Amino acid sequence: MTITDFRAPLPPSAGIDLDSPAIPFTRLVRVELRKLVDTRASFWLTASIGLISATIMVAMLIANRNTPENLDLGEFFGIMNIPTAIILPVLAILLVTGEWSQRTALTTFTIEPRRERIIGAKLATAMIAAVAAVALALILGVIGNGIAAVAYGDPAGAWELGSAGFVNSFVIQAFGLLLGFGFAALILNTPGAIVAYFALPTALSVLSELVPWFKENLGQWVDCTLTQMPFQSNEWASGGEWARLLVSAVVWVAIPLGLGVVRVMRSEIK
Amino acid sequence: MTMDAMITVQNLTKRYGDHVAVDDVSFTCRPGQVTGFLGPNGAGKSTTMRIIAGLTPATSGTAQLYGVDYRSIPNPATQVGVLLDASAQHAGRTGAEILRLAAMTMGIGTERVDEMLELVSLTPEEAGRRVRNYSLGMRQRLGIAAALLGDPKILILDEPANGLDPAGIHWMRTLLRDYADRGGTVLLSSHLLHEIEIIADDIVVIGGGRIVAQGTKAELLAGAGSRVRSLDDETLLRALTAAGIVARPNASGGLDVEADSVEVGRAAAAVGVVLTELRPADGAQLEEMFLQLTADTQREAPVLQGASR
Repeated sequence: MTITDFRAPLPPSAGIDLDSPAIPFTRLVRVELRKLVDTRASFWLTASIGLISATIMVAMLIANRNTPENLDLGEFFGIMNIPTAIILPVLAILLVTGEWSQRTALTTFTIEPRRERIIGAKLATAMIAAVAAVALALILGVIGNGIAAVAYGDPAGAWELGSAGFVNSFVIQAFGLLLGFGFAALILNTPGAIVAYFALPTALSVLSELVPWFKENLGQWVDCTLTQMPFQSNEWASGGEWARLLVSAVVWVAIPLGLGVVRVMRSEIK
Repeated sequence: MTMDAMITVQNLTKRYGDHVAVDDVSFTCRPGQVTGFLGPNGAGKSTTMRIIAGLTPATSGTAQLYGVDYRSIPNPATQVGVLLDASAQHAGRTGAEILRLAAMTMGIGTERVDEMLELVSLTPEEAGRRVRNYSLGMRQRLGIAAALLGDPKILILDEPANGLDPAGIHWMRTLLRDYADRGGTVLLSSHLLHEIEIIADDIVVIGGGRIVAQGTKAELLAGAGSRVRSLDDETLLRALTAAGIVARPNASGGLDVEADSVEVGRAAAAVGVVLTELRPADGAQLEEMFLQLTADTQREAPVLQGASR
């Protein structure tokens, strides 16, 4: 259509068409993925995951030049996941709270007024980012390990990476990201959500120290530092450990996220 | 509701605690017409428009588009174009990127983005700039482009002329006139009577959350009374007042009368006062009416005499 067509009469069906197709969920996810990289701030935050991982790879190669036994795939992969675990939750928080701090929620929820679908698309986008971050850590780990194998020779460059270690890394990443996401949906404010996310483990530790009853009874079920501990290894967690992780996820992820969705659905968008 | 109305607001009320932002508001917008929503700042215009667009829940009453709620329209931006706040955009995004994101969500081709940028006279260089470097006028043009992106049948624009220069306001009048002439429905708000007078066909005046006047522009102008000059204004004023007609002296001479010319002429003839001028009140009179109608709710008390040009 050209500008002159702007003067052409509208179609005679003057009323509102209720039969036109809804916006597919996949399209909402694609738009949210695009938002991860379409401003300078969001681009560099997203890119920093790759940049920091690459920096770590180089730093590990240099720092361990006299201790090549420390260079294997598991080491590379494990250490690269540490900065990612800090950045991903922040990314997830900004994905949600950015709509409020930048006031773009007004446009977003006007184009798709079914707000729960936007939240769902953002959650899917955050999970895709987590999968991509873990995959990137694996790829860079393989590259770093390959370099170590060639440069330093045996014992550097062992390729063992158990599937347990891999799954555990992903579980930890996903847990942190969902935790951030849920707090973001509940608090709808960037600094508030970030502070709450980072203060929670400390607050629970302090509570454990001050209230022995909490430590002995509830702590092992709701203190997410404790429930995540078994997943910071290359061993499969036991059924009980999975159960504790799930309980802490319900308390710190499902409940805030559920309340947050209700809040977003009911709130006034200004 | 009348089925030819594209926007129907019925007994709409919005309370924030004890404060009533929108108080039992009812009006309709017809296709082919530009409806001007006029009222001072804080009168309830934006709240009403946000309720129509499904962003603010109403306390009671309804706001529907051709019989349905905004939220139940699939892919609504392709049928209803909305601009509520031109500044509510990510400052770090470029103008073109904001339109591309919207087009992507709506599922329309990005070539439409370039057409809309051209329509609102944003050059490719301007469209490539980040919105934080935009003037308010440029943001308004971008917002109008975004509202028109999905080729909607209805346009809802909150203070779109804010920040536009006189040439920009004239441009927008032409744009909205063309849009209405091809069958579109436009609801646009303003706190400036002048803008509404230039652009709108129908006018809804709101003050303190309540509708205080509505009708076609012609009706409201006609309803604004008469200007009269005579050889003996004092006698005429007494005669009009005795006849139960509200009249007051105008600062520039003569009387402003809240009655049509026939009634004024009849009252003058009865007391034998010679009229030197008698005509329906002009636009300035409408402004006076607007100020009077909203006087109770104005944040600053209007100076009626000074305001009438």
